[in-house]
This record gives sequence, structure tokens and C-alpha cells, in this order.
Amino acid sequence: MVNYIPRRFTVVRDRELCIDCGCCVRQCSNECHYFSDDGKTALVKSDNCVACHRCVDLCPTGALRIEKYICDYRDNANWTPQYQQEICRQAETGGVLLSGMGTPKPYPIYWDKILLNASQVTNPSIDPLREPMEIRTILGRKPEKITVEKKGKSTVEMPPQVIIETPIMFSAMSFGSISLNAQKSLAMAAKSLGTLFNTGEGGLHPDLADYTDCAIVQVASGRFGVHKDYLNNSRFVEIKIGQGAKPGIGGHLPGEKVNVEVSNARMIPEGSDAISPAPHHDIYSIEDLRQLIWSIKQATDNKKPVSVKIAAVHNVAAIASGCARAGADIIAIDGFRGGTGAAPTRIRDNVGIPIELALAAADQRLRDEGIRSRISLVAAGSFRCSADIVKAIALGADACYCASAPLIAMGCHMCQTCNTGKCNWGIATQRPELTKRLNPDIMHERVENLINAWNHEIKEIMGGMGINSIDSLRGNRLMLRGLGLSEKELEILGIKHAGE
Amino acid sequence: MKIVYAKEELCLNCRLCEVYCKTAHSKTKDVLKANKYENPAPVSRITVYGDKMLSAAVNCRHCDNPKCVQACITGAMTKDRKTGVVSVNEDKCIGCMTCLAVCPFGCIKTGKFAVKCDLCQGEDEPACVKNCPNRALVYVDLGGAR
Repeated sequence: MVNYIPRRFTVVRDRELCIDCGCCVRQCSNECHYFSDDGKTALVKSDNCVACHRCVDLCPTGALRIEKYICDYRDNANWTPQYQQEICRQAETGGVLLSGMGTPKPYPIYWDKILLNASQVTNPSIDPLREPMEIRTILGRKPEKITVEKKGKSTVEMPPQVIIETPIMFSAMSFGSISLNAQKSLAMAAKSLGTLFNTGEGGLHPDLADYTDCAIVQVASGRFGVHKDYLNNSRFVEIKIGQGAKPGIGGHLPGEKVNVEVSNARMIPEGSDAISPAPHHDIYSIEDLRQLIWSIKQATDNKKPVSVKIAAVHNVAAIASGCARAGADIIAIDGFRGGTGAAPTRIRDNVGIPIELALAAADQRLRDEGIRSRISLVAAGSFRCSADIVKAIALGADACYCASAPLIAMGCHMCQTCNTGKCNWGIATQRPELTKRLNPDIMHERVENLINAWNHEIKEIMGGMGINSIDSLRGNRLMLRGLGLSEKELEILGIKHAGE
Repeated sequence: MKIVYAKEELCLNCRLCEVYCKTAHSKTKDVLKANKYENPAPVSRITVYGDKMLSAAVNCRHCDNPKCVQACITGAMTKDRKTGVVSVNEDKCIGCMTCLAVCPFGCIKTGKFAVKCDLCQGEDEPACVKNCPNRALVYVDLGGAR
């Protein structure tokens, strides 16, 4: 059948450089490379190329190059080629368009319109290489007030706290959506960095039993793999209400991906579809959420903080306030640029609000209501570099969830086809021949290097501001200035314009 | 002694070890020239067997009591007492390939003479290990056990 969609990319093979070693042929799961009948000449068929760069990166002679396939349409600012192609795809399949990773649409990125401060003359900056610089972060409900006995010892009973050595945590990615090797790499990195990884809603695989002291376990609407030991084998428990990439939408892991391992971890029959309903069917109100939080605290003997993860939607500030009042210790807000293993494209590209605005609004609302200290705020939804994290903390976040960045460190090239299960880098796939491509021994080092580099940069930026503890940066919006933002945007972000 | 071990659960079947083995044992030491233009073409001393589901690179085990050394009719194949490396003396080798016939691992390759892994003598790490993209090859002393 003729499909009316031109291919996306062309794989260009430089015959002068190609040694016909066939590495590309054996690596491409999209079958873009193949051998001639005599097995001596490597050939290219670009139709299925997704620009994952597996062949490019492994080619020993640099003989391969991916180019955008340029096939002009008649200019039309309204009916862009993308919309035409999507219509053709739907006309062919009759299905909902699916995509992976965060939205690629050019929505404003407020991080790029916020500038940071530095010390000059009137206050000294600090050299983080010569002076102590604290980025240790403590998450959890803080007591309303401190009371001390005569000798100065605190008499306050401290709610459970979680101490992490960096404000960066790894966001939820379930075993099922990513491979066990990918999850294990994150777990190993989290353990050595003194931070936490998040199991997502897919349960905890027995191979990760050694990493439970750095695990956040998620309770999502499908309740996959949730049992008492699962809840207790963690640093804190997260109730997932929504995800930034697909607010209001549940999840669907197709039956083909539910192999023995996934079925055991999720506690569902092998080969059955793993369907997470859109809502939790036992949470139809804040009061219901309160009951679930209470149940989890009972199940964990009140030893684990409970987090509620919500997607950044229009009323996020009020919802965050409700969650805080429902007894959550931590609230994670996931902005609309956040990633996903699979989401309906229209939802991913059109629903939700940016994390910058959601975070600023929620932090301000909680402060206004005098309940900010009751909870810790975790921001999620696309942090591309350490400066984004510093800005998020200055806007009021206690810590940040990162997922896309560590995935890129592990080889992800943002080809946005996670949903196909053919990930050539062994990340978003369960095919054994692909998952073995990701060696946790290598990848945990790469992720650690990335986070260590970011930690250094965060310290460097803080030092420049004359701040030696991340606690002094938290919610310190005077360290931020907007550039090219409207009055309203500045008002919501709670920051001044540059020059003010 | 340290030899090259393959971890089949990590082998990608990319066969870059073969490419870099050829390069390391070429005249020019240039990946493009070695694999495309050099004549006679260098021979890879490591071979990946298997398919995408399961594969492993196989090269000389440098056995404690090597069959190839015992079988060599000219004394060209020797095991170095100090380093343990089994190697071919090309001046003595007559290319009878008896070693190839007796090697239980199929690790002798045919060239003008018998060709086999020399663990890239003089280098810190053999080229195959250095260039394996997934650390499926390791260069360690495990006393024969995996």
C-alpha cells in the first residue's frame, strides 16, 4: 500500500569510508541497513530511520550520516507538512497518534528567560573549591514550631525525613517502560550519588533488592506490584496522580511487552495488557486522597514520607494546597514538557502548563496559606542543565526530578519512538537482544558523571551568588530576573524584570 | 595470566572487535586503510560467533598446556614462560596448519602463516577490549574460571 508520508530521514553512507564491516546492519532494529546478497556490501534503506544515531555512533570509520529528508510541500503556514503527515497516518491507521519523550513543540521555555544573580563588591562571592558548599537536601514535612528543653535538646518529634546529597533525583520510569538494565543503571547511580531513583508504577524487580534504600516506590492508578513489602522497601512512597506529559490520562503497557519479568514485577498475568486507569478509582476527591495517604502511612508504620505527584495543570496551586492538607509530605509537580514512554501526541503537545509557572504559583500559594513548611516541593518536567535546576530551586523547589537528562547520558538520542519498543540503545525496550546493549556497569558511571558535573556547576553558581547552602537559595526569588517577559508572567513567577 | 574473556550476555554482535583487531595487526594501524586498502589484508584474530540473540567473541585462550604448541612441527608456536602468551614465530612457521587442526577453540586463523591472538603485546590492553562498546570483553586474570 502506498503511504502518503515521505520518509523523515535519509541515511547517507559514504562509500569511500565504508569498510562493509556490517556493524550498522547488525545494530539497527529498524532494519535500515542490510547486506547485498553476496554479504559483502552494506546497503541502506532509510524508510524506517528514526535518527537514533546508533549506527552513526558505532560506525568505526564515520561513514554514516543522518540527514533530514527534504521534500518540500507547497508553503502553507497553517497546513504544515507535519499536520498533513499526521492526518495521513491517521487516515491509514484509524488510531490515536502516539509519541514518546516530552513535547517538541516550540512553547516558551521560561528557564531561558530567567537570569541568575551574582555577587559584586557589596557582598563577597564564594569559591566552592576552597570553602564548604552545602547542597544536601532534606525532604519531608517539617514541624510547625520547635520546642526545646532546658539544656537545648529538641523536644519536637520529627516527622520522617529523607536526606539526599544533591537536589537532583531520578524521576519515575517504570520497569516495563524502560528496561531493567536502564533502571538498574539509575539505581546504581542513585546509590553512589546519595540520591534516589523512582521505580515508577511497574513494581520493584527482585534484582533491585540491593537498592531499596535509594528507591522511591510509586503507587499509581493501576496499583501494579503494590504490596506491604514494596511500600516498606523504599525511602518514600509516591502516589502518582498525574504525569506532566499526559495529564488526565492513564497508561497502557501492551501485552506483548509484559514478559515473565515484567509480569512478576507488576503482579499481573504474562501477556496481559497493563492498563493504568486515568483516575485512581478510589480517589475522587481530596478526602479520598487523604484516606489513601493515611492507609500508606499505616502500612509503613509512619516511617516513610508520602509524596503525591501531580501534573502541572491550570489549578495546580489549589490542587497542591489540597494535597498538602490531605497529609502529603512531599508534592511533586510535573510540568508539561516532561517525558513519557508513550502518550497520545495531542495530549502531550496540548495539555498542561509549564513547570516554571506551576512551581512558582504552587510555592507562592502554599507560602500565602502558611503551609509551605508542611511539605517539600519537587519540580519535574525537563531540566536540561544545572542552571535550570538552580532556577527551579530559587523559584521554590526543594528538589528536582530529572529523567530525560540521565537517559541521554545513557545513549538516548530523543528520537521520540519509545512507544515502538525498538529502542536501539536498549533503554525503552524489553527485547532481550536490545536490552543487553545497555551495560549497567558503564551506564551508571556515565549517569554519575553527569550528576557530579551538575553538582559542581550548582555549587559554582551558588558560590557566584555568595550563597554557601542550597537552603539559602530555596525560594530566593531575588536571585532571579526575567528577560523579555510580560508583567503578568513576572507576577506569576514572582520575579522582577532584569534591570529592576 | 591475563587473557580476554567474553561476556556473552553483553555482546552486541557488532563485531567491532574484529575491525579493531585487524587495525591493530595491520601495517598502517589506520582503521580505514587496514580494513579497506591494505594488501594482503590483515586477518582478525578474534571472531564473533552467534547472532543478535546470543553472540560471543572468541580468541586464543593461551592455554596452560597448549595443543598448538605440542603439535607444531617446526617449533614456531611457543608459549612464553614469563608472560604465558602463546605466539607464532613467523620465521619458523611453514603454514602447515597443524595447529589449526588441533586447537579446541578454533582460534588459529589462516594467513600466509598461522595467525593468532598475541594479546596486542606492548599495549596496556588488547585492541578488542579497548574498543568494545559494551565492555563485553574484559582483560583479566581469572585463573581460567569465568
